[in-house]
Amino acid sequence: MGLQLRISDVWKSYDGCPILQGTSFTFDASGVYVLMGDNGTGKSTFLRICALLEKQDRGTVSYLSDGQVLPHDIALRRRVTLVLPKIGIFNKTVFDNVAYGLKLRGFEKEAVRDRVEKAVDFVGLRPKMKQPALTLSSGETQRMGIARALAINPEMLFLDEPAAFVDVKNRDIIEEVIVNLGREGETTVVLTTHDRAQAGRLSERLMVLENGLIRAD
Amino acid sequence: MGSIFQGFGKALSLILHLDAELIGIILLSLKVSGAALAVSIIAGLPLSALLGFKKFPLRGLLISILNTFMGLPPVVVGLFVYLLLSRSGPLGFMSLLYTPAAMIVAQSILAFPIVTSLSHSAISTVDPIIKQASITLGATPVQVSLTVISEARYGIMSAVIAAFGRVMAEVGAILIVGGNIAGFTRVMTTTIAMETDRGNFELALALGIILLGISLLINFALHFVQRKGTVRGR
Repeated sequence: MGLQLRISDVWKSYDGCPILQGTSFTFDASGVYVLMGDNGTGKSTFLRICALLEKQDRGTVSYLSDGQVLPHDIALRRRVTLVLPKIGIFNKTVFDNVAYGLKLRGFEKEAVRDRVEKAVDFVGLRPKMKQPALTLSSGETQRMGIARALAINPEMLFLDEPAAFVDVKNRDIIEEVIVNLGREGETTVVLTTHDRAQAGRLSERLMVLENGLIRAD
Repeated sequence: MGSIFQGFGKALSLILHLDAELIGIILLSLKVSGAALAVSIIAGLPLSALLGFKKFPLRGLLISILNTFMGLPPVVVGLFVYLLLSRSGPLGFMSLLYTPAAMIVAQSILAFPIVTSLSHSAISTVDPIIKQASITLGATPVQVSLTVISEARYGIMSAVIAAFGRVMAEVGAILIVGGNIAGFTRVMTTTIAMETDRGNFELALALGIILLGISLLINFALHFVQRKGTVRGR
């Protein structure tokens, strides 16, 4: 049984400027959710709160498994992940970047290799595996960010504008990866975009963030 | 001018014939500076990490003091350590004055602020997104800190190499606390100073050339490390 995420009456402001204003939403344990909204509406903030990277001012963020609310500990944090728009490249090879989360979890060398190879294959980066990650193109970097997240088999994967700064070819590859993840059904994908056409292509469930509130479209 | 060339010739001959006295002096220099560097790394790296990751009262003042102490005049450090270790000083009972240990203490004081301050600077200039990325991938707070330190590794290595260069070339402090005793506390820089005073330029020049060679190696290493660390991308 996968993770369910329940957001209830979440508020967040920066320097007195309200971003989220009592928003609520429930994510079921599968599927692809697309959160739309213009720039500056708080999509990234919402995702960061969902991924436990940031704390809300008020309201609750509850992860549930088999109906039980889970504590916000390291065990839970290791079941969800967020790919940031600027992914944060470690000054290592592509392989080591993708292997990072697995090494944190103490995986054996063989298991690390298997999982990394599977993840880079999934995003089409196998030929670049030994390359320094800092030398990748923007599109390849985004794909590596997704591979790095996929390697740890997250139950909930948040993607913040995964195809915002990439060319058409890389955008198509990333979209295909998301569609395939949705088909496999093992990971709940929640992504943000301000591109309506992309939202239409990817979304099983479309949400719109407006005036600090989320509504299902 | 002729004596300089003569000196160079003699110096090269001393180096090529691996003069025993010369080798002893070089080895002691490397031993004292290496030990001082080790002490400053053991004490300085954890402090630089603490300064990089934790906010605490007087942190800014501590950073300013460390930055200032990077330019500590060696003779002042020598005087300070001398007063500490002299017979009437608070640590006089340890009988360390005019021993290699006293020289290590003095050089550690000189190297410590360089290692700490430059390492802290390297750690604090790591892109904050690295910390966030490691959290999102499931790192514990300790693993996050280790990741940031790992990303700062080229800067930290540069700090260590810079500190080593500083202590290897230092003469004022170790002359005061070591006493330049032949076969016991005599190192390259103190020998160069002494032999120059005596007008005995051959040994001084030989040591000067070796010291320059070591400095060159250090700078090559620094350049290599910095080049390796400056792969630029997005």
